[in-house]
Amino acid sequence: MDPREAVIRDRFSSVRRVVAFASSKGGVGKTCITCASALALKELGHRVGLLDLDVTNPTAHIVLGIDPKSTEIEEEKGVKPVEARGVEFMSPALFTHGEPSPLRGGEIHDAILEMLSVTRWGSLDYLLIDAPPGMSDEVLDVLRYIPRLEFVVVATPSPLSIDSARRFTKFLLDEGARVLGLVENMGSGSLESLCKSMGVRYLGYIPFDPELDRAIEEGRIESTRFYASVREICRSAFHSL
Amino acid sequence: MHEWALAEAIARYAESVCSSRRVSKIVVKLGTLQAIDREVLSFALNAILESDGIRGAEIVLEDEEAVFRCRRCGATWRYSDVELDEALREAIHFLPEAVHSFVRCPRCGSRDFEVVKGRGVEVAEVVCGDGSEGGSH
Ligand SMILES: Nc1ncnc2c1ncn2[C@@H]1O[C@H](COP(=O)(O)OP(=O)(O)OP(=O)(O)O)[C@@H](O)[C@H]1O
Ligand SMILES: [Mg+2]
Ligand SMILES: [Zn+2]
Repeated sequence: MDPREAVIRDRFSSVRRVVAFASSKGGVGKTCITCASALALKELGHRVGLLDLDVTNPTAHIVLGIDPKSTEIEEEKGVKPVEARGVEFMSPALFTHGEPSPLRGGEIHDAILEMLSVTRWGSLDYLLIDAPPGMSDEVLDVLRYIPRLEFVVVATPSPLSIDSARRFTKFLLDEGARVLGLVENMGSGSLESLCKSMGVRYLGYIPFDPELDRAIEEGRIESTRFYASVREICRSAFHSL
Repeated sequence: MHEWALAEAIARYAESVCSSRRVSKIVVKLGTLQAIDREVLSFALNAILESDGIRGAEIVLEDEEAVFRCRRCGATWRYSDVELDEALREAIHFLPEAVHSFVRCPRCGSRDFEVVKGRGVEVAEVVCGDGSEGGSH
């Protein structure tokens, strides 16, 4: 066993729920939805953290308006997450400074173990994880190491995405993962039947929002219809708590 | 002080290897890529073991020089030969894989290289109370 594995459980002991946003296909909106969910849950009065675990292609800092090069890392018996609009934030981008990061499987695994074992999260209601697409090393590692992990599957209604989402969700369920539900992005409700057929909760849909990219550029994602949809989904998806 | 987090990992690991027996010796390899502060690490390790009721465990810290091998052209080189400013060394200290972002093969310029050895913290040996070998990493 790698000694770092021995402390990961402790690192999550101050966190009530850990929720990973994952998808089978790339570019379906995971990063935007994870960041918007973090801001929305904070707005709803929760203490929230966000871990960008897309090791070779982190992008959450862009949505949260963090410039990795000018962000100071603080240490206190570990590495402290940085503060991003009221959300505790950790990302490999804080260390790679926006440079290319061409890592192989074993190196990705090492980077994940390092981040999971040294990051000192505060007392949080929700820690959201932005994962890269597919059954990646990142997804396999969080499944293996993070206690009480829950998944939100993100999918779009394209025919290619649907089959892929079904396969991905089946994989998670077969692994015994807790799937909180599926979010349909850039759609209008057509994935509800897929959810029924898989016995997975349909968390709702987010319409296509032509304003989203500009709002992100201007650092005001909260002003978008996209954000309003995400907040509604968060309100109902996490409401039982 | 992020060494503290790694010291905790080493202590928890050694304790789990020895389970009910006492941890009497831990040999740790410190890859020079991560540039761990030995003083801080050994102080933290002793403090954590003591707070777990383990006194007088022998802590051996051995440096392991970081060596790279290019996957494109096969060149090998050492981290100690690399010129890099302090801020980037610190980023690598926190996340050794960041080396692929800042260091390139001196022969062909590729970032696709392997860290052959000397990446970071590794437990080489744990000896438990009765002097028996607890387990090797
Ligand atoms: N509902 C939406 N309306 C309009 N544009 C959207 C919507 N959701 C996401 N986008 C846009 O789609 C693009 C991809 O989004 P994002 O990066 O969040 O996807 P991802 O799933 O994280 O991608 P990757 O798989 O590469 O990590 C972005 O430009 C984003 O602004
Ligand atoms: Mg993404
Ligand atoms: Zn080369």
